[in-house]
Amino acid sequence: MLAFGMPATFSKAQIEAIAALAHLRLDEGEIELYAKQLGDILEYANQVQNIDTTGVPPTASVAIKHEADRADVVHQSLDRASALANAPDASMDAGLFKVPRVIG
Amino acid sequence: MNPFATLREVRDAVQHGTRSAVEVCTEALARIEAHNPQLNAFNTVTRDEALAQARAVDARADRRSLPLAGVPVAVKDNLCTRGIRTTASSRILERFVPPYDATVVARLQAAGAVVVGKANCDEFAMGSSNENSAFGPARNPWATDRIPGGSSGGSAVAVAAGMSPLALGSDTGGSIRQPAALCGLVGLKPTYGRVSRYGLLAFASSLDQVGPFTRTVEDAAIALSVLAGHDPADATSAPEPVADYVAALGRSATGLRIGVPRTLVHQGVDEEVARAFDEALEVYVRAGATLVDIELPSASAAIPVYYLVATAEASSNLARYDGVRYGFRAKAEGGPGAQDDLRTMYGRTRDEGFGAEVKRRIMLGTYVLSAGYYDAYYLKAQQVRTLIRRDYEHAFESVDVVAMPTSPTPAFRIGERVADPLQMYLADIFTVSANLAGLPAISIPCGFTSGSLPIGLQLTGRVFDESTLLAAAHAYERETSWTSRVPVLSNS
Repeated sequence: MLAFGMPATFSKAQIEAIAALAHLRLDEGEIELYAKQLGDILEYANQVQNIDTTGVPPTASVAIKHEADRADVVHQSLDRASALANAPDASMDAGLFKVPRVIG
Repeated sequence: MNPFATLREVRDAVQHGTRSAVEVCTEALARIEAHNPQLNAFNTVTRDEALAQARAVDARADRRSLPLAGVPVAVKDNLCTRGIRTTASSRILERFVPPYDATVVARLQAAGAVVVGKANCDEFAMGSSNENSAFGPARNPWATDRIPGGSSGGSAVAVAAGMSPLALGSDTGGSIRQPAALCGLVGLKPTYGRVSRYGLLAFASSLDQVGPFTRTVEDAAIALSVLAGHDPADATSAPEPVADYVAALGRSATGLRIGVPRTLVHQGVDEEVARAFDEALEVYVRAGATLVDIELPSASAAIPVYYLVATAEASSNLARYDGVRYGFRAKAEGGPGAQDDLRTMYGRTRDEGFGAEVKRRIMLGTYVLSAGYYDAYYLKAQQVRTLIRRDYEHAFESVDVVAMPTSPTPAFRIGERVADPLQMYLADIFTVSANLAGLPAISIPCGFTSGSLPIGLQLTGRVFDESTLLAAAHAYERETSWTSRVPVLSNS
């Protein structure tokens, strides 16, 4: 759970696990490079651990708080043809995005 | 017309009819054609659309009252333009043609501006040098072997090279201010929520903000007056009333209180940058301002906080690029007829579609959000972010603006830092805290190195107080003549 004492380098298996979460099929060279670079960056970033944040609330957003609700009114949005126009594979007739098979 | 004319000069000429929008546009396109092959400021030049827009401006009955009548504008290629490809300088969006305009683009056009092209940038605005572009680096007009800064590098190059008097950029950790500084321009990052982000391809949603590049502070005020305001299409845009930013200019520096975080600004700053910064403060003092030493104790941790928060948000925002609804989809291995399963297609599309820096940040962000590390990294960074905000709140009890150099160094050489991402991240030391705290900040020219490279001064202001920020910047600009200096380009 704690970041203290975490290794400054990542193993190949760790990088592959992160890449799987991120849906990135990295090649061997990338795995090796990112293992080192992510380690270096996190080692540097570990300096935040030395700052006392006891009782400090997190800042997730700096947006000024205002009325979040809008009127529940139907309005014009993209038509189907426009929404499908940029798809690498779509069925314009059926109005569907097409994807490769999901279940083998 | 002088290619380095200001936005106001161009606008006034078109309003008064001494120049037509078509004439101005034609000259801008000729300038782009002459210099873009060398400088690579644009991913796409929108010649036909620009001339059509210019003709429409010339035909408008209200031309005399348009705040940006006939003003050519370069739009960063991460802002959607209807019918014009918008790539974010990424292979994954190389052929993406948005079906709608970003609100800022629509606002500019309604005000009479003419979009001349989509400006080069770091891929998905991730970078500080414009070297992370699938279309190659943009080059600094002051020294073409050097970077223009990033991520909005092409936008800065367009204005610095006299291709357009106005450009739009986006600023997540300094991506407007740093290239403005390195190219000798004015670059403004407004308060978080001041300008709509509808149609901006999201990088880090709690930090991203859109803003202008111009030659002068007055031009920045004119542009902000057009860009600012609530947008129902962006839930984070603020309903706060928009001030008359142009009317706010002209105040003297007398009584202005400038906070200087001495400890912070003397760490790792290039000697010539440090000297220019000190001289800029002296100009302010002679003009009647008061310097106040302040401490921003948590700001020294701004870089790690920024790279933890920004990458976490990026890993989430960029999950949408999956080769299904838009953009590139990788071909299956094994030749015609071969088909990947869905997961393999996702993974291969994203590996082939994204560049190295984007993948590095997605990996880092995915890690810091993953089970077991969330509290140690992401939550901790958000807590330190609170401390950084409080530092500024405390400082603004006794000062009106905070002054720092914009960048610790002048423009570096292309290729010099690409192998060391951490070294590249350190370029953002003075700029990221304004994003973390949601504050408006501006970079203005404050001198040149002995090698004629521009140096920028950064001022940071109170939330939604762009009026004071612009007035303070203007007070300095009036005392100096840096904005009149322009780069010498080959074949110009």
